[in-house]
Amino acid sequence: MSNTKKTLVLHLGLLVVLFALQFVLPAYHHGNLARIMVLAAYAVGYNILFGYTGLLSLGHALFFAAGMYGMGLMINQFGAAPFPALIAGLLAGALVSLALGFLALRTEGVAFMIVTLMFAQAGYLTVLYFGTYTRGDEGFVIQQAERVLWCIDLSDPTNRYFAAFLIFGVSLLLTLRLVQTPFGRVLIAIRENEERARMLGYDVFAHKLAAVVLSGTISAMAGAGYGLLFGYVGASFASVQYSIFPLLWVLLGGAGTVLGPFVGTLFMFYLIDLSSGLTSAYMLIAGVVLVLLTLFAPQGLVGELRNRLWKELP
Amino acid sequence: MEFGPYLMLATLEGAVTAAVLALTAVGLSLVFGVMRVVNVAHGEFFMLGAVLAWWAAGLVGGHPALGFGLAILVVPILVGLIAVAADVTILKRIDYDPERTIVATIGILYIIQQLTLMTYGPEARPVEAPFNTRLALPWFEFADGRPQIYWPWGLSTTSYKLGVIGAAAAVLVGVWALMTHTRIGLLMRATQLDREMALAFGIPVERVYALVFGLGAGLAALAAVLIVPIQQAHYLMGGDPLLLSFIVVIIGGLGSLPGTVVAAILIGVSDGIISVFFSPTLAKILATLLVALVLVFRPQGLFGARRA
Amino acid sequence: MSLLSTRGLSKNFDGLQAVSNVDFDLPEGQIRALIGPNGAGKTTFVSLLCGRITPSSGSVSFDGRDISKLPAHKRINLGMAYTFQITSVFANLSVSENVSLAARKRVRGPSVMTVVQQVLDKVGLADRLDQIAGDLSYGHQRLLEIAMGLAQAPRLLILDEPTQGLADSEITAFKSLIRDLSSTTTILLIEHNMSVVMETADIITVLNFGEVLAEGSPAEIHANAEVQTAYLGTG
Repeated sequence: MSNTKKTLVLHLGLLVVLFALQFVLPAYHHGNLARIMVLAAYAVGYNILFGYTGLLSLGHALFFAAGMYGMGLMINQFGAAPFPALIAGLLAGALVSLALGFLALRTEGVAFMIVTLMFAQAGYLTVLYFGTYTRGDEGFVIQQAERVLWCIDLSDPTNRYFAAFLIFGVSLLLTLRLVQTPFGRVLIAIRENEERARMLGYDVFAHKLAAVVLSGTISAMAGAGYGLLFGYVGASFASVQYSIFPLLWVLLGGAGTVLGPFVGTLFMFYLIDLSSGLTSAYMLIAGVVLVLLTLFAPQGLVGELRNRLWKELP
Repeated sequence: MEFGPYLMLATLEGAVTAAVLALTAVGLSLVFGVMRVVNVAHGEFFMLGAVLAWWAAGLVGGHPALGFGLAILVVPILVGLIAVAADVTILKRIDYDPERTIVATIGILYIIQQLTLMTYGPEARPVEAPFNTRLALPWFEFADGRPQIYWPWGLSTTSYKLGVIGAAAAVLVGVWALMTHTRIGLLMRATQLDREMALAFGIPVERVYALVFGLGAGLAALAAVLIVPIQQAHYLMGGDPLLLSFIVVIIGGLGSLPGTVVAAILIGVSDGIISVFFSPTLAKILATLLVALVLVFRPQGLFGARRA
Repeated sequence: MSLLSTRGLSKNFDGLQAVSNVDFDLPEGQIRALIGPNGAGKTTFVSLLCGRITPSSGSVSFDGRDISKLPAHKRINLGMAYTFQITSVFANLSVSENVSLAARKRVRGPSVMTVVQQVLDKVGLADRLDQIAGDLSYGHQRLLEIAMGLAQAPRLLILDEPTQGLADSEITAFKSLIRDLSSTTTILLIEHNMSVVMETADIITVLNFGEVLAEGSPAEIHANAEVQTAYLGTG
């Protein structure tokens, strides 16, 4: 079997397993996995920028929240139907990421990290400032009646699982395709050696900007999906913590691998889920994992696997 | 109260904020300047200083000055040692790689914050000030064409607040003297200028780094000990000083000590005044946007000189 | 007509005049060597040509068009290629991916691999297609750099000390490669190895303290007393 085929079989295999799991999982884990798939789509979006382009953003919550509030406010304030609301979320994410990319990409390295952090913080504070519409920290609920997309009730667990599966599946296949296209290859080249890529005639800024917008739009799709599927929109999704999460998931799973974001999100979700039963200080786990990863496994789980077993894994 | 006395009061309160902020930001700036790393856990060292001050003050009975005195002597050193431990066990091992250091210090941030939550708990607790006399302040008005001194109601400060300003100023002068007039300061400046060259001249760069990281955290802790009689100790209190220190360090020019102090005074004093005219949230939005835009368009800071 | 020319090209670094008022003309089809002592401003000069750094004053034109304001990648796309003095391949990517990245600016689809095969054959790395570039020996990495330059099929190929670190046999192969190329490509060569310069260059330009000290055929330069002074430091 050729490498391309093996790769395709592996990734489609994961999707088949995820699809089949809904018939066997108990209700609790069924619900969890739906959440994990949407959050993993967020991680997939983050990975395009961090893993493949080599740009470490500390402000992706801005995009996730742009999608979530773009969708939620359309429903809540304008009474829009779910589909146009979702499109509004995607557009909000695309516009915000275009604007942020345009400014932040003038910096690099540590300055890029701090600039993205600051813009996201300004975004979070903006959500709080317009509390009349956003209901600030408290957030707002999207009623069951407002979550019916083309006669499909998204609050029903089975439909919800399937919708989450779609969101994740689309983002996974998109990345898988991306790394095989010339555009994706140039992103990797920029990650590896920016100056060399420029001196081969590639417009580095334009490529990076496209990567920010693609990454931001997928993150926004996840944010909009999360709000719609689970019926809640709140400021905590715009906070620093939600910028740190995708970084944590991708680092844990393996930056620059297609499967890494899902693996990392799955592990971290259950780690936090288990520990929050024991203590209110569950973010301690996140801290310890971050430190251990930087110290011992900067490649993440899938990355280490790739180094040891399967060099061609994308 | 009229505008004049009101402005004076806001300025005085702002000066206290500025004093504490200057100490915290100089700590962050020192670490960035010498080690070229961004310590995202800096605010947690501040928080740790406040929480440990509460603990140390509880150890001794009698006059509040005894407990506070113990805290101000012991806590910065304790926090400094914790930071040194973090430097040696974590940052040194990832070779101070700028991006990995940020990720690691985010981890350290959560570890310190959550461990504090588990042990100290979610309550906010006060520490009693060692001295706290209310001082009424005079203002003047023109009556019959001549200035006359009077004592507006509400225009007052406390001896402790003035003490905080004085102490912070003294410590800053101490840091400046340390950097410019001692052998250790010379080693730090040499390391800051050129790490490779410093290594070649046999400067123990790793020990300098550990010392600087400890000193930076110790300054944050000292600032927290000073402020904790005015503002209570809480496990989430590290966020604001971190954000404000970032703002100060970036506006003052990364790694420049005089720029940092000037920016701290500017931000600290204007913070109180801006919050009067705008909502505090809007003030914060403007401040964060300002920092981001300064980094994008004037990375050397508003006061810094452009590096070649 | 000149393919590349500069007028009054200068670059200061903090008051230090690295390149000063250089007028330079490179006719199409020529192999030009750029020599000079260390610190003469050779790398700065070619970096100005391909837009890696911006000049303090002066202009650069390529194929009759003023390109002084163009960013580096646009100049490359006009038909320049630049190989780095300090080896700068994509160390974590395979040899074939390195060359593919260079080739894909020009061709698409299956012809990419054809180009990759061709140029790797030319530099003698055809059997190392799947190796990770960072695992190659230093000399082979230099050859890979040259292969990347060739894959771009440039009208002007700028080579910054290409033979540094090559073995003698590789240098011999390099000389014949350059001669082969001269029928299709204009070449600007920064080089320290005088045998390479003397045997390949049509014209030699000598830079010293950022200024053009002399220009002429290899024989003329060889006989030039000023050049000898600059190199040997004696009168």
